[in-house]
Amino acid sequence: MRRHLISAADLTREDALLILDTADELARVSERSIKKLPTLRGRTVVNLFFEDSTRTRISFEAAAKRLSADVINFSAKGSSVSKGESLKDTALTLEAMGADAVVIRHSASGAPHRLSNWVRGSVVNAGDGTHEHPTQALLDAFTMRRRLGSLEGRCVTIVGDILHSRVARSNVLLLSTLGAKVTLVAPPTLLPVAVDSWPCEVSYDFDEVLPKTDVVMMLRVQRERMNAAYFPTEREYSRRYGLDRERLARMPQDAIVMHPGPMIRGMEIAAEVADSARSTIVEQVANGVTVRMAVLYLLLGGSEPAIGKETE
Amino acid sequence: MSEAGAGRSSGEILIKGARILGGEPQDILLKDGRIAGIGSGLAGSPGAEVVDAANLIALPGLVDLHTHLREPGREDAETVASGTAAAALGGYTVVHAMANTSPVADTAGVVEQVWRLGRQAGHCDVQPVGAVTVGLNGTHLAELGAMADSAAGVRVFSDDGRCVSDAVLMRRALEYVKAFDGVVAQHAQEPRLTEGAQLNEGRMSAELGLAGWPAVAEEAIIARDCLLAAHVGSRLHVCHVSTAGSVEIVRWAKSKGWQVTCEVTPHHLILTDELAASYDPIYKVNPPLRTADDVRALREALADGTIDAVATDHAPHPVEDKETEWAAAAMGMIGLETALSVVQHAMVDTGLLDWAGVADRMAYRPAVIGRLDGHSESPGQPLRVGAPASLTLYDPSVSRPVDPGEMASKSRNTPYAGMVLPGRVVATFLRGRPTVLDGKLTGPVSGAETGESSK
Ligand SMILES: [Zn+2]
Repeated sequence: MRRHLISAADLTREDALLILDTADELARVSERSIKKLPTLRGRTVVNLFFEDSTRTRISFEAAAKRLSADVINFSAKGSSVSKGESLKDTALTLEAMGADAVVIRHSASGAPHRLSNWVRGSVVNAGDGTHEHPTQALLDAFTMRRRLGSLEGRCVTIVGDILHSRVARSNVLLLSTLGAKVTLVAPPTLLPVAVDSWPCEVSYDFDEVLPKTDVVMMLRVQRERMNAAYFPTEREYSRRYGLDRERLARMPQDAIVMHPGPMIRGMEIAAEVADSARSTIVEQVANGVTVRMAVLYLLLGGSEPAIGKETE
Repeated sequence: MSEAGAGRSSGEILIKGARILGGEPQDILLKDGRIAGIGSGLAGSPGAEVVDAANLIALPGLVDLHTHLREPGREDAETVASGTAAAALGGYTVVHAMANTSPVADTAGVVEQVWRLGRQAGHCDVQPVGAVTVGLNGTHLAELGAMADSAAGVRVFSDDGRCVSDAVLMRRALEYVKAFDGVVAQHAQEPRLTEGAQLNEGRMSAELGLAGWPAVAEEAIIARDCLLAAHVGSRLHVCHVSTAGSVEIVRWAKSKGWQVTCEVTPHHLILTDELAASYDPIYKVNPPLRTADDVRALREALADGTIDAVATDHAPHPVEDKETEWAAAAMGMIGLETALSVVQHAMVDTGLLDWAGVADRMAYRPAVIGRLDGHSESPGQPLRVGAPASLTLYDPSVSRPVDPGEMASKSRNTPYAGMVLPGRVVATFLRGRPTVLDGKLTGPVSGAETGESSK
């Protein structure tokens, strides 16, 4: 594996499977209700969040702590960063603290890439602008595998604002690496112009792809997009691209429904669908911690096995 | 190699064995600011300084239509003195200083100030560009006539950095400058199509999650402006064309006989948007780097003359404005000191253009577009007896890795650091006076030409 996890494209098929298998083992351990592993004792993980995301930060924090790492939360709000300190200066500060890994969330695409030039530790991208969110894709793949087994040949349909979605980018890359067939569904305005160069299919017609869908992933569609003429009204959007009970019924029996959150119920997903047994939305949150543990463990190259010596 | 820098007593310089436009070796005698003789075995008067130009190519002093000197306002990035020093080292004898300074060059006072600073620095002529609209705000015409009539004699007007997007205002500007044979140089960028734009819209912007800057935003403005220029019978110059489509539109406009000219930057001739994969904002520029297909079309258009000129769009920025996240970084790259090398690499070494073609695109045609050709003292004229002795001696046979640390520009934002580029400017002469010898500035020539004679 590479030293950093910035893009899902950084992962070979072997890397991705190793992370998922490691996460499986870790999940088994935590099912035996052992809270902490000593694996990363003495290592420092910095959570560097330039953008508010309590969910993701808590997930990484829990993952690092369950591996016994020291965690420093560095939130940009109210710190020197919001007073105009540059990313580079922040990076130099982290270097001085001796961070072994920096988990960064940033509103600018490419910020983790830049950071990786300035720090010695591993950089983990926890979401950068409209670029990528690789650990979200890993936890999505992990969730799919637990429900469906292997992803090889499985049809995954991702619906919504693909253009502005870092989750979609990472999922397309990772899922195609893992052998799944990905179809993106969106109004043409919410697809990048060069989407035909991506390793996936594209459709403007949700209903057409439903019958052959094993996994449907609904992305949040921000209401502000409406004002920029990406689509005319909320009502029209949800009529054409929302997942309601009728559409759910047209999918295969064992098909599952995913959402990376935060959801807008009634817009891209009907409340009853989000809460149905076929929805994995709650599992996704729990799986997030497990997968992030696997990522941190493998990146920080703990010389000891991830599982083994256990603390009480 | 030469003693010309040390004692300039006689003022006479004999250049021995230079290959004019790549032709057979000849001697060139410079006297009283003019070319006094061209031929083999020329002898100057006894005090003449001799410059050995064996294996060097002699080109007319280069003319840049598009330079950001940053003074007044951003002297931390560049000054007229440092920018013109960089220009001389790049073989330039005239630079057109863009108007987006602080204050904006939208009055006779500011353009005269910039013009005077250029004369004081003495490294090359500074020909100020006047803003089209007050404060570059795109709403009211600046006093174009006053700038034209000023000591600076402005003929090129541009809101560069911003597009004159209002069609009525653009039409009026095109019409108005006809009164003094001016030209509007348009930065073609439809603003609504490029809100927040970061990178050429295409495969790379999609992959990198950077907001797209679509080719059509450039092409739509160029098409509109060509039609407007034709309608009112005016001259239009298009700054930094960057797409294959732009070239096609200009080619079509020229085929109609319309007075449309355009320029291309050196960087758009060799760099592509693939470089943005590093997210290093050193590659962030406006218009953005495009695709390999665009690069090919631009080279062909420069070769066939559809593109009239190479213009650097030299855009200095301090380190802190580039050492950031991509979206937060300033747009632009420096280019004066590497332009000729890039053109050799992209155009000459590929067989697309000979040295006569280089002279045409980097000196004659830019001088004509800027209407410098009407002034008998102005550089950018063909090297013939009687012409002003403004020329560049260039060694195309050497290669070197580009070292930003060696540059005279105050800024270091070159995209070519470490890249091996061919050629080296050995000497530059401005009206018979060496500004560069042995590849080095002859020194700060403070007060070189402080005469206030208006042209
Ligand atoms: Zn411009």
